[in-house]
Amino acid sequence: MIYRRLLGFPTWRFRSPFEELERIKRQMDLLFEDVKTPFQRSHAGVFPLINLTEDIHNYYVRAELPGVTADTLDIRITSNNLSVSGERKMEAVVEGAKYHRREREAGKFSRVIGLPGEINPDKVEARLENGILTVTVSKAEAAQPRQITVRS
Amino acid sequence: MTDTQSKDLKVREKQELTGTAEQTTPGLVFTPAVDIFETEKEITLLADMPGVKSEDLIVDLRDSVLTLSADIAPIDHSNEEEILVEYETGRFYRQFTLGEIINQDGINAKLNNGVLRLTLPKVEKPAPKKIAVKEN
Repeated sequence: MIYRRLLGFPTWRFRSPFEELERIKRQMDLLFEDVKTPFQRSHAGVFPLINLTEDIHNYYVRAELPGVTADTLDIRITSNNLSVSGERKMEAVVEGAKYHRREREAGKFSRVIGLPGEINPDKVEARLENGILTVTVSKAEAAQPRQITVRS
Repeated sequence: MTDTQSKDLKVREKQELTGTAEQTTPGLVFTPAVDIFETEKEITLLADMPGVKSEDLIVDLRDSVLTLSADIAPIDHSNEEEILVEYETGRFYRQFTLGEIINQDGINAKLNNGVLRLTLPKVEKPAPKKIAVKEN
């Protein structure tokens, strides 16, 4: 208690050690933000990486999932959350084969994305094409812009 | 970690191509993740190339250098606004030097769900001829 007074940081409270680490990490992130290349942009760090775009009527959620088949994918939607989970399977190792490179990985994944606006859960479409998943989520009627004619 | 059946997939950044040659075409180039294994008869290569269509893929083998390159047809996102961008797309490029002699006619390439499967059959080596040594 005494050192806190000595150091003059009355606002510091070590509620949990992780909180402090988190604070340091945030400051470090700020420090290095400018150095980062566009590809090292911060992301959730959960597989798969996701690109989210929108147009007037829909949100588009895209993810690269090479080698994942449609039947192993589980996509669910709630009022404004989209969850994508599944498993990437690797074929069995051929017996007697000698591996030179092994960079591809298999495993389970699960990710939940919060969509920024209201959506219509009845109008959701998912397509898997050449290893790219595209989920088209229709925006709620109320969230879609309506053109208003100006009377003169 | 209670689930021991299958481990969870972790995010890995797409590897951008680092080479000495400069690019003249605009856009990003990535190196695909590959598995390569060899059996007595053939070499098999599996490469993750999401978004690549079979017509955009070029597999080239000359002077025992195998080149994989693929262009991704740009999807028209011009009417869409980006909200969150976690990955970039671009071309794929990777080269390998093969130690074995490959039967060029037997090469088989298949693209399935964004994964390229390339089978390179080895040229059969002539079986060593045994010479019987006669005794006097």
